[in-house]
Amino acid sequence: MIEVTVNGEARTLDVPADTPILWVLRDTLKLTGTRFGCGMALCGACTVHLDGSPIRSCMTPISQAQGKQITTIEAMENDPVGQAVQQAWMDEAVAQCGYCQSGQVMSAVSLLKRNPTPSDEQIDSGMSGNICRCGTYPRIRKAIQRAAENGTASIDESLFTEVKA
Amino acid sequence: MRFMSELTSKLVSEQQPQGGTSRRGFLKLMGGAGAGLTLAINTPFSLANASESPEALNADGDFAPNAFVRIAPDNSVSVVIKHIEMGQGTFTGLSTIVADELDAAWSQVVPVPAPADASRYNNLAFGPMQGTGGSTAIANSWEQLRLAGATAKAMLVTAAAQAWNVPASEIRVSEGVLSHASGREATFGEMADRAAQLPVPEPKSITLKTPDQFVLIGKSVSRKDVGKNDGTAIFTQDFKLDGMLTALVLHPPRFGATLVSFDDSETRASNGVVDVVQIPSGIAVLAKDYWSAHVGRGKLKAEWDESGAISQSSDEMMAEYRELSQKEGLPARNDGDAAAAISDAATVVEATYEFPYLSHAPMEPMNCVALVKPDGCEIWNGEQFQTVDQNNIAAVLGIKPEQVKINMLYAGGSFGRRANPHSDYLVETVHIAKAKPGVPVKLVWSREDDVHAGYYRPAYVHRLRGGLDAEGNITGWQQHIVGQSIAQGTLFEGGMIKDGVDDTSVEGASNLPYAIPNLNVSLTTTQKQVPVVWWRSVGSTHTAYATEAFLDELAAKAGKDPVELRMQLLKGEPRWQGVLKLAAEKAGWGSEVPEGRGRGVAVHKSFGTYVAQVAEVSLTDSGQLKVEKVVCAVDCGVAINPDVIRAQMEGGIGFGLSPAMMSAITLDKGKVVESNFHNYQVLRINQMPEIEVHIVPSAEAPTGVGEPGVPPIAPAVANALAALTGKRYHQLPIKLDT
Repeated sequence: MIEVTVNGEARTLDVPADTPILWVLRDTLKLTGTRFGCGMALCGACTVHLDGSPIRSCMTPISQAQGKQITTIEAMENDPVGQAVQQAWMDEAVAQCGYCQSGQVMSAVSLLKRNPTPSDEQIDSGMSGNICRCGTYPRIRKAIQRAAENGTASIDESLFTEVKA
Repeated sequence: MRFMSELTSKLVSEQQPQGGTSRRGFLKLMGGAGAGLTLAINTPFSLANASESPEALNADGDFAPNAFVRIAPDNSVSVVIKHIEMGQGTFTGLSTIVADELDAAWSQVVPVPAPADASRYNNLAFGPMQGTGGSTAIANSWEQLRLAGATAKAMLVTAAAQAWNVPASEIRVSEGVLSHASGREATFGEMADRAAQLPVPEPKSITLKTPDQFVLIGKSVSRKDVGKNDGTAIFTQDFKLDGMLTALVLHPPRFGATLVSFDDSETRASNGVVDVVQIPSGIAVLAKDYWSAHVGRGKLKAEWDESGAISQSSDEMMAEYRELSQKEGLPARNDGDAAAAISDAATVVEATYEFPYLSHAPMEPMNCVALVKPDGCEIWNGEQFQTVDQNNIAAVLGIKPEQVKINMLYAGGSFGRRANPHSDYLVETVHIAKAKPGVPVKLVWSREDDVHAGYYRPAYVHRLRGGLDAEGNITGWQQHIVGQSIAQGTLFEGGMIKDGVDDTSVEGASNLPYAIPNLNVSLTTTQKQVPVVWWRSVGSTHTAYATEAFLDELAAKAGKDPVELRMQLLKGEPRWQGVLKLAAEKAGWGSEVPEGRGRGVAVHKSFGTYVAQVAEVSLTDSGQLKVEKVVCAVDCGVAINPDVIRAQMEGGIGFGLSPAMMSAITLDKGKVVESNFHNYQVLRINQMPEIEVHIVPSAEAPTGVGEPGVPPIAPAVANALAALTGKRYHQLPIKLDT
């Protein structure tokens, strides 16, 4: 049995310990917002936060989450930075096919929690693990800048400190 | 797919609501190959046939005057979308066309995916066939959906006029509200019931808006394909049914290999595995979830007979193609006498261009859900080719195509992959589901399965020769293209292959717009076991590169400016010149190029849309190519949603930069070398240039934007790089050390 907290809810899971977090989320917990893209931590579509840090859930076994907090795209509506990022994604009309965007949003939230005012170069570097085949990259840059300007300025600084620590 | 866009242009230009031309045209184009198809043929583009009774009330009690509009008492306006939403914006664009003629409020409009039913939802550019491709969604729907929206509005107005006992001409309609000067007012929902009792008026009695009356068209209304930023959008990968099993398939290691025997004892004993089924394309492992199927598949032991499999390597294939390119091909176009003009020329320029196979690699690897039942089969899929898929699935099950019910879900990209004449992954799913009747089966391909599955953009070699006279005028142009045919062996053969020439191999070259007196384009079609299919912008993925890079070589030899030369050669072609001029102006063509940068241009028309791009490139400290900035101009007729058009140009540029800079599928003794994004590399955000898009104002009928942004970017970049380094680049992806 593996015990984890997923989006604030304690879960006891009876799954093989080597099952990637991605498939526990998608198939066991029915949280399908986290997408399967490559299975090799190459595309970022499966990005979730493990104790606040971004991870590629397709390559991380559930055993590594024992006693930890997993946060997925489904929880972003309750996260102030998540809200700011999602609003900016709407405002910039980022998504095309949309399949990669859960992962893009999760990486962007993580980036902004570490660096509330990233430069374009820092955005490129922070987001280069997330592939978008539709080529929405220019809008992702703009949306992160917009979220940084509009959304996260009012957020409690302790949030950043907490994540940094 | 040029025939589709030509047909579309014709359709649109004739503005023929009856659409008879398209059907006859399609059947003619389909030739003999179409005869084997069982297609539900109706009176094409008849709005009335959508409503079975003369009254416009559907089973749900909604006002449904035609196949595309449903207005419910709750005041929602559903627009039925016959084209897949795969990111290109059909939910938004097609809804806009209806909503504008209807004068609905954008907030009340809800797009609803159409079922597979070619009798109502055929693509008018494809004739009697339902499906999406060739950037035709907007173009073929334009008049049809305007009429659908305007008819609904006319009936609502009549209903209001009768209810209020006032002349119809005095009724105003705006943002979903009917009103009269007397102060009476009703929402569409309130008037829907009454409107549904009226007879559906004849199309000829309906007046469409003039462009100055458009309310939503031309504005960047918000996208309707929502749920994509919060994980709630449901792709096939996310679709679940009770009792559903997940299937992974072990495929042959090379194209053409066959299964000799297999041992599944360890697989069957593996946690979560429910069954193992042999199917024509391999061995399917069915399990309760993906990971169990994945682990179980890893335990299969299979023996393959590879004696009949492809054994050629990519470098050998390219050498063979180069040799073939020196020989004669079949003529695709012959103006004047190109050979004589070149032999008489003062200067002759020659170049051979090489293009590898390309995988589409959409972010959602192919997958499909199928349920085989006693009375037919139900499919859930990012569905792009409804009629073709219904036919292919019906053939597997020995049932009628109309017994195949298809639910169209969001697609996590396609880029041509899902419009497969062989319905490869759907057929694979149905073979598995056939072995488990009554059990829903979800086939999932891993990324490796997807990259190895074939149906690539074919590899090509182009040999070009050009002749210049003493003044530097281009007197002759010869282009010989070598590669596999996409249409051969498919139902499109009859329509797309003429006198041995597959139009998808030569489009973009055989219709070169430049005024060159002696021009010869020819084709040699090769036979390989590697499955191929169209890839976003089809023939133009390679012809635009060869033609536009070669034109720059000729310009350089003649000492002419690339933009000026193109403008001269495009005399009398205002739309070509228009995009070229706009892109050049906005990019500051002619001004000093920033230190360390090169600037290059390319222009191309595909699927009826004209696009010019000016790229600026530099070399990084480590000597890598960096695309700094791209200025793009597009003329796609009426700009229904300028922001979606900009997004498609940006995305097309990003998509085209991958094959320009890094992507290739290669064969090592027949085995596909690449397997995932570490070795099949695609563009990442740090490689994406700054992009500016400018739209040429136009009142012409709208054409598509999904594909046309792709073709010019690779040659624009290569021409910019040549301006910087003085070298020419004859292979994609571009290699700097050659």
